[in-house]
Order: sequence, then C-alpha cells, then structure tokens
Amino acid sequence: MIKVEHLYKTFGELKALHDINLEIDEGEIVCLIGPSGSGKSTLCRCIHGLEKADKGDIYLDGEKMDPKEPAKYAEQRKKMGFVFQHFNLFTNKTVLENCMLAQTSVAGKSRADAEKTAMELLTRVGLADKRDEYPSKLSGGQKQRVAIARALCMNPEVMLFDEPTSALDPEMIKEVLDVMKDLGAQGMTMVVVTHEMNFARKVADRVIFLDGGEIVEIAKSEDFFSNPKTDRAKDFLSKIFYD
Amino acid sequence: MGDIFTTENLIFMLRGAGVSLLLALGAVVIGCVIGILFAAAKLSRSKILRFIANVYVEIFRGTPMLLQVLFFYLGVPVLYQRITGTRMSADPYIVGLIALSCNSGAYQTELIRSGIQSVDKGQWEAGETLGISYPTMMKEIILPQAFKLIIPPLVSEFITLIKDSSLISNIGALELLYSAQVLGKRYYDYLDPLILAGIMYLCMTVVTSYLSRKVERRMAQSD
Repeated sequence: MIKVEHLYKTFGELKALHDINLEIDEGEIVCLIGPSGSGKSTLCRCIHGLEKADKGDIYLDGEKMDPKEPAKYAEQRKKMGFVFQHFNLFTNKTVLENCMLAQTSVAGKSRADAEKTAMELLTRVGLADKRDEYPSKLSGGQKQRVAIARALCMNPEVMLFDEPTSALDPEMIKEVLDVMKDLGAQGMTMVVVTHEMNFARKVADRVIFLDGGEIVEIAKSEDFFSNPKTDRAKDFLSKIFYD
Repeated sequence: MGDIFTTENLIFMLRGAGVSLLLALGAVVIGCVIGILFAAAKLSRSKILRFIANVYVEIFRGTPMLLQVLFFYLGVPVLYQRITGTRMSADPYIVGLIALSCNSGAYQTELIRSGIQSVDKGQWEAGETLGISYPTMMKEIILPQAFKLIIPPLVSEFITLIKDSSLISNIGALELLYSAQVLGKRYYDYLDPLILAGIMYLCMTVVTSYLSRKVERRMAQSD
C-alpha cells in the first residue's frame, strides 16, 4: 500500500533520514520506534508530504507521489489521515466544526451529510456529547480523540500517527491507544510513531526500529521484542524496560 | 462667554464629532481590508507582490500624514488634469477618508502580518493534512485567530485614527476640530470651543478603550 524507496532528508548538517526503504501492506499496523532524533517523526511526516524529502520516492497504491503533478498529488494525500503529537485542533472551531470543515470545503459534502459523518465518528471515539465544546475545554486525551475523528471524517485509506500520546498526561494515554487499537481491529492501515512499547508489542503487526536516521531493524513485533536481532535494538530495549 | 454654548452650537460640535467618528470608523474598516490584502502580499512567495507591499508600507508610514492628506486633496487633481486634460473636483470628506484609509492600511498591514505569523504553525499543518485550500484556511482558521490576537493594537489604531482625523480639517471637511475653529472664529473665542472639542475627543477615545477592554475580557474567557 505504501512503499518508500531510497528516501534521504537532511536538516542543514543533520542527516535526518538516510536511505530509507520500506513497504507497508494494506490493513497492516506498523510502529516506528527508536530513540529521540532517530528520524521516525521525520519519516512519518515525509510519507504524508509535510516534509519534502531531498531524494527518494514514495508510492501509494503502486503510484508514485509526485508534487510536480499537483492535482494527482493532492488526491493521493487525501487518502492519508494524519494525527499530530500536539493535536492541532482548530482552536476557533467547536469539536463538530473541526470535524466538518474539510468535509464541506474539500470533499464538497452538504452540511447535513458532513454533520452525520462527524457525529458517527465522534460517537465512535466516545465524544458525541462534546460536539459543541471548543478544544480549549477538552482534556489532552479528548483533544487527540477528536483529532482522530476529524482525520477519519475524510475517509482515509491510511492513518499516520506522529507520537499521538507523547504530549498527554499519563492517565490519558490509554483512552487514545484504545481508540487506535479499535481502528486497527477494523482493518485500517496504520503507521504509528510511538514510545509506547506495550502498544507496539501488542497491537502492531511489525515494528521498524530506526536510529540515527537509518532503519536498523524491521521485524514482526513479537519477534522484535522477544528476540531482537541487532545489538543496537537489544541495547535500546534493555534501556527502556525497567525490570 | 456664556452665549457660545447654545444648543445650536453644541449640536454643531456634536455633528463635527460624528463626522470625525465616521471618518475614523470608515478608515479603520477600509484600512483593514487593505491591510489583509497587503499582509497576504507580504507573506506570499512572489517577490514582486512582497516588493509592492513593502513600498506601500514604507511610503505611508514614512511620510507625514498631513502631507498625504494634502497630496490626495491638492496633488492628485493636478496629476489627474495632467494625464487626462480634464479637471476633477475633490470632495474633502471622500478624499479625507481615502487618505486616512491608505495611511491606516499601511499600519494595519504590519499588524495583520504579525498576527497571521503568530498563529500556531500546527494549524496550517492540520489544514494541509486535511486537504483544506489556502483561501479557506485563511478565512476560516487563520484570520479569525489572528484577529483575536491583534484586537488590542487594532483598537489603539482606531483611537489614533479618531485623533488623526483632525488633520482633515486642513482640507475643509467639517469634522470636530474644524467645527471648533469655525465657532472660535465666529465668537472671537477659541478657548471654549477648543476645550469642548478636546473633551469630545476624550469621550470618544476613553469609551473606545473601555469597550475594548470589555471585549478582550470576554474573549479571554472563551480560551
């Protein structure tokens, strides 16, 4: 479904991504893990096109994503939903309006249709009763669930999550991960940048371990956590799990 | 003195104050439209648009406002005649409004630009990932948030305009200051009309800043 070939990205001197190659199948849940600064967020942002790679290609459903063909590129990007670490809900819009704006202005739906879809998805993330609140009145976990519902309103084929729980209070993390787990169970293709190792272990099909802008290891998630192959991954895992 | 404060004269002054207030209101609204357009030009990728916006801002912020008023009233008709060969009569109220608007537009360009730039970048990124177009983002998300940020300086711009509208007295528009001068000339007494005009200016500016503080407080509650 998604294929990345020889992707390179630098920020000034810093090599953020170096020769990244990977493939993600339809319905698969893949977690990108690794230390801070390993390039996992940059990779996630490059897949959607929020960052422009210096070199390399990204394919969606077998077709190359090329910003030089703006119309086709925009259509391809619409197939991907994106969830940010800091939610990025529209602060001057209510929860319901957040979920409706793109539907009416981009997908060209009527207000009634858009509202119906929005309410379905808000119900799914358990926040139908917050429809008329402004984001400032919500907890972090609620904001992130609204952000997920907002992305789902555009009916994406793939969901990209860029550290969706890193800005949350500890007791809010589970409610967001539960929503994501449900989404995965319903067959959504998901790419998740995360530090939540238990989520990666239990929910992901595969993990991609990055360090220093390079992919160090790609493995089935149970294999990776029980039997990491590379020394770098062993070292990483030994440092994050507290026995 | 005494007989200078007749009802008739007070109404004459109040009418002048009304003209001043209308000129300031008109200028702040037109200046805002100009400001949005030139702020968009300043933030655009086009070098030419950025250059035009910069020149506009520098000219109107870098020359005296009285010069601008006189230029529009006395200079532009000459220019018009040189180009077209026909005469043009300038209405002092309309010319005054144009001059004030252009001047305010330059200040508001900078205000609105800085307001737009202080909106969280994440809002743009969210719009981008949802496929929302630039004009829709601007209209629905960025400008409303930017305006909330710049309400205090925008109000002080309006207060400046109430006072600066007095410059229009120089081209014969019967606003508050000119009304005071007319009365002064008629009664050979400039002291009382000028004090009265000052009090009326103060009323307008003080009430404006009081209202803006109230609006600000209400807006802060919704955050």
